[in-house]
Parts: sequence; C-alpha cells; structure tokens
Amino acid sequence: MSSNTLRSKRRRSALRTAAFLSPWLIGFSVFFAYPLVSTVYFSFMKYDGFNAPVWNGLGNWSYVFSDYPMFWPSLRNTLWLVLVMVACRVLFGLGVGLLITKIKTGTGVFRTLFYLPYLAPPVAATLAFVFLLNPGTGPVNTILGDLGLPTPGWFNDATWSKPALTALAVWGIGDLMVIFMAALLDVPKEQYEAAELDGTSSWQRFRFVTLPNISPIVLFAVVTGVIQAMQYYTQPLVAGKVASGVIGGSGQQFEPGYPDKSTLTLPQLVYNLGFQRFDYGAACVVALVLFALAMVFTAFLMRRRGGLIGTGD
Amino acid sequence: MPRNRRLTASAVAVAALSVLTAACTGQSGNSASDDPNAKTTITFWHGWSAPAEVKAIKDNIDRFEDAHPNIKVNVVGNINDDKLNQALRAGGSKGPDVVSSFTTSNVGKFCSSGAFADLAPFIKKDKIDLEKTFPKVLLQYTQFEGDRCALPLLSDAYGLYYNKDAFKEAGITAPPKTMSELADVAKKLTKPKGDTYERVGMMPTYHGYETVVDHYMSSWDHAYFDKDGKSNVAKDPAFAKMFTYQKKLVEDLGGFGKLEKFRSTFGDEWGAKHPFHTGQVAMQLDGEWRLGMAEDAGADFEIGVAPMPVADDEADSYGKGFLSGTIMGIAPQSKKQNAAWELVKYMTTDTKAVVEFANGIRNVPSTFAALKSPDLDFDPRFKTFLDIAQHPKSSTPDGAINGATYQQTLQDFGFQYEKGSVKNLQEGLEKTAQQIDRDIEQAK
Repeated sequence: MSSNTLRSKRRRSALRTAAFLSPWLIGFSVFFAYPLVSTVYFSFMKYDGFNAPVWNGLGNWSYVFSDYPMFWPSLRNTLWLVLVMVACRVLFGLGVGLLITKIKTGTGVFRTLFYLPYLAPPVAATLAFVFLLNPGTGPVNTILGDLGLPTPGWFNDATWSKPALTALAVWGIGDLMVIFMAALLDVPKEQYEAAELDGTSSWQRFRFVTLPNISPIVLFAVVTGVIQAMQYYTQPLVAGKVASGVIGGSGQQFEPGYPDKSTLTLPQLVYNLGFQRFDYGAACVVALVLFALAMVFTAFLMRRRGGLIGTGD
Repeated sequence: MPRNRRLTASAVAVAALSVLTAACTGQSGNSASDDPNAKTTITFWHGWSAPAEVKAIKDNIDRFEDAHPNIKVNVVGNINDDKLNQALRAGGSKGPDVVSSFTTSNVGKFCSSGAFADLAPFIKKDKIDLEKTFPKVLLQYTQFEGDRCALPLLSDAYGLYYNKDAFKEAGITAPPKTMSELADVAKKLTKPKGDTYERVGMMPTYHGYETVVDHYMSSWDHAYFDKDGKSNVAKDPAFAKMFTYQKKLVEDLGGFGKLEKFRSTFGDEWGAKHPFHTGQVAMQLDGEWRLGMAEDAGADFEIGVAPMPVADDEADSYGKGFLSGTIMGIAPQSKKQNAAWELVKYMTTDTKAVVEFANGIRNVPSTFAALKSPDLDFDPRFKTFLDIAQHPKSSTPDGAINGATYQQTLQDFGFQYEKGSVKNLQEGLEKTAQQIDRDIEQAK
C-alpha cells in the first residue's frame, strides 16, 4: 500500500471518528467548556450583565475572600453538608436497602413507602418539614415536649438548622435505596454461602463480601451526593425564608441563611451576587470555588476508593 | 495514561464542570424609536397576584386601551424582581416593554446599570412638571443620582395598627405618639401565659414582619449617607438610638428567645392568620394594605390606625412615616418605547387612572391631584395613610448603586445585635459602615 493511500485512509478514519464524536464534542463545548472559560474570564471583570465588561484584575477575588461577609459562613455550611449530609444519606440509603432485601414479606410495600418521599417536590417537602419541626406549633416538638425531652428550635435555631436539613435529605433517600437494593441483589449468593461455611459473622460477611461487591455503587453514591450537596440551593433557601416568616411581599429584607447564616450555601451566593446584586464577576469567583471544591473532593474519592471501601471491580 | 487515571480524570472533570453551569452571559440593549400612533401591542410586567389586584390592573388597562385604541397591552402578572432582572438582561422580542417593581430600594441599581431606560427625554417631550405632580419622597425613590429611570405607581405608607378592644381592656385611651409611649403601651398590652404569651403588645424583633430596621428608622430623623456618599450609620446618632431602643423593648417584653419562640407560632404575613388578625399581637407597624387584609380576614375586634410614634425628642414631627411603593419604567431593549411611555404616563400621571387603581388595590395614590381627589373611595381610617404620604418629614431610604444591599447589611447587624451576638453597639455600627462602603465600592 502506498504512503499516500495510507495517509488518506488515516485521514478518513480520523474524520469518521470526529464525526461520531461530534455530538459529544458540540455538547461538551457549548455546555461545559464555554461556561468554564466564560466563568474564568468574568471572574476578572466588572460586569453587571447590562454594560460591557471592564477589567477588574483580582478585585472580585479579593472582595469575595476578604470582604464579602457571607462567603466563609457559606463555605463552612457547604462543607458541613458535604461531609455530614452525604454520609448520612449514603448510610441510611444502604441501611434501608439492606433491610428491604432481607425482609421476607411486605417488600413491595416498604420499598414504595421508602421511595415515595423522593418523589416529593423539594419546595413542598421543605415546607412540610418546616411546619412539622416548627418549634412553637409543630407536632414533633409537641411530642418531644410531652415525653419530657428537649425541644430544639430546628429551622429557627442556628445549631439545629443543618441537622434539620440533613433529616429532610435522609427522608428522601428513595433514590439511593433503589440503587443499593439493585447492587445488593447482584452480590453472588455463592460468596455468602462460602463465607458462612467458613463460620463468619454477619458483620464479617457484610465487611468482606457485601461491601467489596457494592463498592463501585457506594463510590457512585458518594460522588453524586457530593455534587448534589454542592448544588444544594432550594431546600435551605425555602427553609430559611419560611422559618424566618419572610416569604416575599412588600420588599422587606430577608435574612440570608436564616437563622444566623446557618443555611447559607455557596449556590445561594452565586444567585445573590450574580442575579440580585448584578455582580457577575464576584458570582463567577464563587462558582469557581465550587468548581475547585468539586474537583478536589472527586479526585480524593476516586484516588482513595480502594483504601476506603475495598476494590470490588 | 493508565485506564484508572483516565477514568479518574474524566470523572473529576465532569463532576467539577457539572457544578459550574451557572454560566455568565448577557447583553445590553438599545433604545428604539417608534411611532406612538401606530397600531402595536406592548407587554407590561407587574408583580400583583391577588384576584382583586389583578382585576384592578385589568380595569386600568381596559381604560388605557379605550383611550389609546392603537395600543394593545399584554399584561403579565406575578413578576418579582428576580424574574424581571433576568428578562431585562436577556432582552429579546418576548420580553417586557413596560416594567414595574415593588422594591423601591432597587431603583439605584436599576438606574445606574441601565436596566431601566432613561425617562427624562419622554418627560421633557411631554412637559411633565414632576415637582408639581408627585410628592418629594416619591420622586426621590424613583431616581438615582439624577438619572430618572422610573416613576411612582401608587405608594405605600406605613403606620401603626392597634387593637382597640385590647387598648380598652388595658385602660389605654389613645394610640402612642412617642417611642417611649409605644414601649409603655406595648408592655401594658402584653399578656404572659406560662413560659410564652397569650398576646404581646407588639412583636419588636426585626423578624416581626414589617418591624425591620429601615421602617423603625422612619421614627427618627436620620441620614444613611454623608455628603461624600459614605455610610453614616456609625456617625449619625439616630441609628444608635434606634438600635438601643429596639433592643431594650425586646428585653422588656420578655427577651429575644422567648419572643422568637412565640413568633414561630404566627401565621404568615400575607395570610388570614397574621398575628394581628388573630389577636396574638395588639399593635403592628404595617403598610396601608393591612386594614383591608385584616377586615377581609374577619378580625373580631375594632381596628385603630395611627401614624407610627416618633422619637421622644422629635414629637413635633408626629404624623410622619415610612414610604415606599411600586415603581414603573420602560425596558431599555423595548422597540416600542414611545408606546410604552404612553402606558407609563397614563398609569402614573392620569388622575382618574391613579385614583381608580388606588381604589381598586387599596394603596395610597401617588400624585398630588389623586391624593386630593374627591373620587377616592376609602374607609375613613385610610386618611391616616394619605396624611402620612403627604407629611413633609416622611422618609424612605436613600438609593444606592447596589440597591438594597446596604439596607440588608444594616439589617443583618440588627439581627445580630437584637439577640446579643454583638455587645458593643458603636463598634458594630462602625464595622457595618465599613462593610457598606466596601460593598458600594465593589459595585462601582
């Protein structure tokens, strides 16, 4: 075969490959690469969305990190939610999945009961939780009080607002339960039988048979959970607004992150800065912080997956 | 690259990018010249949503269309500032031509950014004498540093609502006129019940619906900014006086924790279970709309209305109050700005239109002529609000380039101070002033 023919064949092959890849390339460029480059660009500009952007150097970065009073509380809250809420969701999701795969009767009923909350719209679910946990009139505190137990302020108390959000997130673990159930049912029975013949305890069977087999699913649940926690916006915003009593109207001020900034998350800052204060530059800085955090967490989880949960693949 | 590393890199990239889709885009628009006599359809965005309000808007638009047969108006309701901001940024043929907002404190942002079109050429063309048409405060909150980008569309005046039955029961014969009297009356009207309350005289915390910092401040003569445009909150003693007064009232009525727990039993501000309607609070600082809302909710007591009490050393200014209202402007991207102006002019300056609309939604009229109109159809108690609206010392917060951000910062300080997180008031006010100045610098 001549070298010209070979080159032509390679070119055609490359073009064919590019053509097959083009839907992904176009999507990636439009929805990922362009926003990323734009965000980096605007983070160095003064830009209100109406007038042409003006170079601002590190001004937006310095403002967000040094002078924007909501940034550090939001970062702390977001990290808290990433660590605690994600861990709770995964543990409860796995726990419920294990329970439902073990029970002999009523599996369908329990599966439906645990899955249904996941279908509740976030705003409606949050409203329901705020009313249930209302420190003055909510049934939860009424029952706790009748039992002589402490009655927390829940969404009205900075110490309890994030645990209350975590409870809301755990209530909606239907998605994780289904994924874990599928993974658990996929673990080869022979491995359990072999382990039982070796005289292992339930915990040892879980630790050395179940967990290694479902580790890719656990990793998936953790990584997607971390991403969801970083995008956590609707529930804390609605909870803060409803619990503070300010749900809109005559233009009066709402306390962001009520109570005491404890429900502020980084996505709320992106919205506040970019879409309410017309400060796209500073909003882009916060978006880039989220980007960096997501990269760090995901890289850490991917690298440590063997050490954390064993290699099941 | 080994398979695992490639997998890791791809997963990291996709995961990270997925949280970054709040992309930063947008474009500015240009004004357009159009023939106001040509047949056209314009779009008007407003924030009202209650059935009676929507009907009042529709009636007003019907009158406009009768007077301007060449202009049809497509009305879109229930629009808040966030939706409005996005539409004004995005532009496009489906966006609004005429816009309105309830948030007067955002006018500085709307004018300075060019989000609302400059109305000066239209006003000049039609030779409208603004000073003779609108009260001074309303003119103040519809412009920013000389840029006139909005006109007032009705206004809101704030006063004191009180439960006359509760007053009678407590032996109080007249509404309080000074802040000291307000505190005394609030204490007398408060009825404890176990570790909570049957009723509080007034919910003084900043989350007590309209008892926010800028509304309280209208009882003191004050200035948010000095002549250099720097924050004045640490220098003007009125602010320290107000914060001290409010904190003492919170403590006198039972303390922040106890009041907040009681507050969590309240119904929402815009519903029938508002604590003033239910008798849980005996006095409420609120806008003129509360009278109609309380009556619609079936409040089973006699409702009294009075101006908000004033600082003890400003007793001669009794009758003043906080003012705000709805503002109306033109989208800069609109290609039908002359037609849009016809609607703005009609709704904001035509006496019959203003009076009918004020009657319809029970707001305070926004022009001198409408305020004096014999066609105003109100409960006699509503006159209190008409008087507040015309009082020379009634006030509204100054505009700022970053809109309501400075008020939010001051309000946040108030939240911290009332619950005792900030001990040193002056130091706290100085830090707040620095933050306000820094935020404004960032917005410039």
